[in-house]
Parts: sequence; structure tokens; C-alpha cells
Amino acid sequence: MTERIVIVGAGTAGIVLANNLADELADEIDAGDVAVELVNDTEEHVYKPTWLYVPFGEKTPADATRPLAPLVDDRVTLVIDRVDDVDTESKAVSLVSRAETRPYDHLVLAMGAQVTPEETPGLAEGGHHFYGPAGATALREELSDFTEGHLVVSVVGVPHMCPVAPLEFALIADAWFRDHGLRDDVELTYTYPIGRAHGIEAVAEWAGPLMDERDITVETFFNAERVDPDDEVIHTVEGRDLDYDLLVAIPPHDGSDLVRDAGLGDDGWVDVDPNTLEARGADDVYALGDVADLPTSKAGSAAHYAAGALADRLASVARGERPTAEYDGKTVCFIESGTDEATYIAFDYDESPVPKEPSKLIHWSKLGYNQSYWLTARGVL
Amino acid sequence: MSETDVRADVTVDAVGSSCPGPLMDLIGKMKSVDSGTVVELLSSNEGTEDDLVEWTEQSGYEYLGAVDRDDHQAFYVRKS
Ligand SMILES: Cc1cc2nc3c(=O)[nH]c(=O)nc-3n(C[C@H](O)[C@H](O)[C@H](O)COP(=O)(O)OP(=O)(O)OC[C@H]3O[C@@H](n4cnc5c(N)ncnc54)[C@H](O)[C@@H]3O)c2cc1C
Repeated sequence: MTERIVIVGAGTAGIVLANNLADELADEIDAGDVAVELVNDTEEHVYKPTWLYVPFGEKTPADATRPLAPLVDDRVTLVIDRVDDVDTESKAVSLVSRAETRPYDHLVLAMGAQVTPEETPGLAEGGHHFYGPAGATALREELSDFTEGHLVVSVVGVPHMCPVAPLEFALIADAWFRDHGLRDDVELTYTYPIGRAHGIEAVAEWAGPLMDERDITVETFFNAERVDPDDEVIHTVEGRDLDYDLLVAIPPHDGSDLVRDAGLGDDGWVDVDPNTLEARGADDVYALGDVADLPTSKAGSAAHYAAGALADRLASVARGERPTAEYDGKTVCFIESGTDEATYIAFDYDESPVPKEPSKLIHWSKLGYNQSYWLTARGVL
Repeated sequence: MSETDVRADVTVDAVGSSCPGPLMDLIGKMKSVDSGTVVELLSSNEGTEDDLVEWTEQSGYEYLGAVDRDDHQAFYVRKS
């Protein structure tokens, strides 16, 4: 009998896992003992970090996108369709357009996170974001017209994709306005929901003085309850009001209804063992990447490292061995701290990060990684 | 305080979440409940109490206290 591994979602998590499995289980797949199926609802693979650069005119959404099929190993069966139901009792997933169900022996959920600006009243109408291609493009237009006024970068939703992207946006915006000779006419404010500039303490300690130095006002314990798009005001849960001329918000994020409906996590994120990535709500189900409720960040690097560990585990299981590989929470994030310098943080479940002194070299490393990402997706790096 | 001193209307279970997860889960819930609602936050994270006390001071919501349970604490907050 062929052992069937079905992966839902071909983002960073799903594609790295599928390609690693194809590599590790090549013999078993060739012999027909194992089948790896990767289901994605579009024909494209998206490298989301590119969107950070779109508002500043440095990249386009097209730069973030490549056809999926050539990135996927031939040993993997790629299915372009949307999964609309996960039945953990009968061990099958339903595909929308084929109107059929696919059985699995092992199921990996890797559907990522969805942005839901509409959850905060007025935000979709009054705010901009760079968390999607359309949002980033619209923001580019706004920024190109923005010569004076108050730009507010507000983290509305936590957790969100990429823990440092809001800080990066504020720091790049500062440098960008300076480069354009507009900084004296632009007031910059960054808001964060808890009592410091970032959830990760070491990052907050690093960012606080830097924001000060760059003349970026930091507002903490700031939780937008609603936005008034006509008067251009953010009203917070804490009873504060903040006027803006241009609002760049990190929208609230949501997991997936598939997860809620399958009883795998009430809030849409899959409740998993953080080391084995096994879902707590059902047997033979795993979650990877942003859709997993892990005590680390929703970052592509976390997805990448976790996919490596899960590939080892699933390959062992498929070979009838006891799995021993575990994910230790390893995450590495570059942080752009201007238009030509960056730093990075590396951490895991036990180790806290220590941001390095920003440098041009690290900035070029990030740009280099953005190119070589396509090798990561193919499972080469 | 003890378990019998307060009755929660709503519970937010953030046991196992790391910072700022528990506080964020609480704030998220606070946005959707009516004034006067008592929300119970379950957390096993060490920093939650300090964060919560500071946040209630800033927001004007009422911090009612905490109860120790086996592997976590229960915190109680009333929406003003
Ligand atoms: C602006 C921005 C900047 C970022 N910068 C960084 C960075 O510098 N470093 C970093 O490490 N991370 C960064 N990230 C985060 C990183 O992009 C995500 O953490 C990563 O994409 C998560 O991968 P994933 O595979 O879990 O989800 P995704 O990449 O979102 O992929 C999910 C896939 O599942 C598919 N899908 C969803 N639902 C279904 C369904 N029902 N059926 C079939 N297919 C489905 C989707 O179409 C998609 O292809 C950034 C994110 C953003 C938005």
C-alpha cells in the first residue's frame, strides 16, 4: 500500500517540506511505497517579504511571484485546487473545484495566515498596508504623493507575519523621506499594542533608542479599536485618539476556518506540539508555518527550519522508523534599519536574540537572500 | 484573592502562549465584550501579570486580581 502524505498550501512552509520529502524519500517514491501530494489554491508561489519594498518603489508585486510548478520536485504531485474541508475522522481532504475528496495517511496543514483589516471598524477604508500585493501597490501611490503631514505606522494585529516588518517599514520610511528631502515636513509615529516598542524584549531595547534618534515617536499600549476614515483619527481601546494623514497599519491576522471547523484550533491556528509539530486535535495531522500556533514568530525562516525538521520526521515514519528530529524554534530575521543598512536577529525557543550593529553588509546580505530565496523554495538551500 | 471572590463572564485561555500573546488575546477579547464584563485570562507566562497591571492602569479597565492554579494563573479584568 502506498503511504500518502498530503500537504495543504505551497507557501514557504509547504514547498520546502514537499521538496525535502522528495529528496529524502526519493527511493520510496520511485518504488511506489510513498506518494507526496502538494495542494495549492493558485498556480503561483509568492515570496511575501518582497512586499516591504513595493511601497518605496524598489520592487513590484511581480518580483514576489513565480510559477509554482517549476519550483516543485517532479516526484511530488502538484494539485492546483482549494481545500475546503478537512475530515480527520475519515482522514481525507475535500477539493473545491474537483468536487472530490483525497485520502491521506499523513496530513500537513501549511495554509499560512490571512490578513483581515475588516475586523477593525474603519481600518479597511481609512488605512493602508503592505501585507498584500494590492495593499502595497496602493500604498506606493499614496507615498509618492505624500510630501508633508503625519504618517502613522500602527501595529493593530498581533501575532502578524514577520515580527519586525512594522519596525522595518518605519525605519525605511524615515530614511526614504530624508533621501527625498522631505523628512522635516513629515511627522512619524509608530504604535505598538503592549508597553514597549516590540514583543521581543531585546528587539524593543534595540529599537527604542533608535526610533528616538530618528525622531520617530513611539506610542505603546496602543490598541486601535476603530478608525474614523473621514476625520482621520484612530480611537484606541485605551481611550486615546491619534490623528493621522497617512495610516499604515499592520492589519489583524487570522488562521483558517478549515482549522476551526476541523476542531484543530479554536482561533484558526493549529494547536501543535512545538517540537514535533503534531496537531493536538487529531492523529497524523501536522501544521507548519504561519498557520501553526507556535511560540515563535510567523516568519518564513521559522517555516523553513520547521519544514526541515518535519521532513526528517515524516521520512522516518514513512520508512517505519521512530522519528527523532525536532524543531527547536530556530528563527532568523533580517531587520532593515534604513534604505542602505540592516541588522538581523537569530533566536529559538530557549535563546533570546541579540540584534547586531546595523551595517551595509547585512543590508546587502538581506537583498542577496531575497534573490537566493528561490533556491530555498526548491529545497536547495 | 480566591476562586470564589469573582465570577468571570468570559474566559480567554492563553496557557502556553509566549509574550505578548496572553495580553494580546485579552485585549482582543476586550474589544468585543460589553462594559462591565469580567474577563478571565489564563496564562502560564511569567511576564503576564506586570504587563496586565500596566495595561489596566493605562486603559482604565479594572484589574480584579489573580488566582494561582496548578500550571498557570487566572487573571481577572473588568471592562469599564
Ligand atoms: C510584508 C512581509 C514581510 C515579511 N518579511 C519576512 C522576512 O523578512 N523574513 C521572514 O522570515 N519572513 C517574513 N515574512 C513572513 C513570511 O512571508 C511568512 O511567515 C511565510 O510566508 C509563511 O509561510 P507559509 O508557508 O506558512 O504561508 P504562506 O507563504 O502564506 O503560504 C500559504 C499557501 O497556502 C495556500 N493556501 C491557503 N489556503 C489554502 C487552501 N484552503 N487550499 C489550498 N491552498 C491554500 C496559499 O495560496 C499559499 O500559497 C514577511 C511577510 C510579509 C507579509
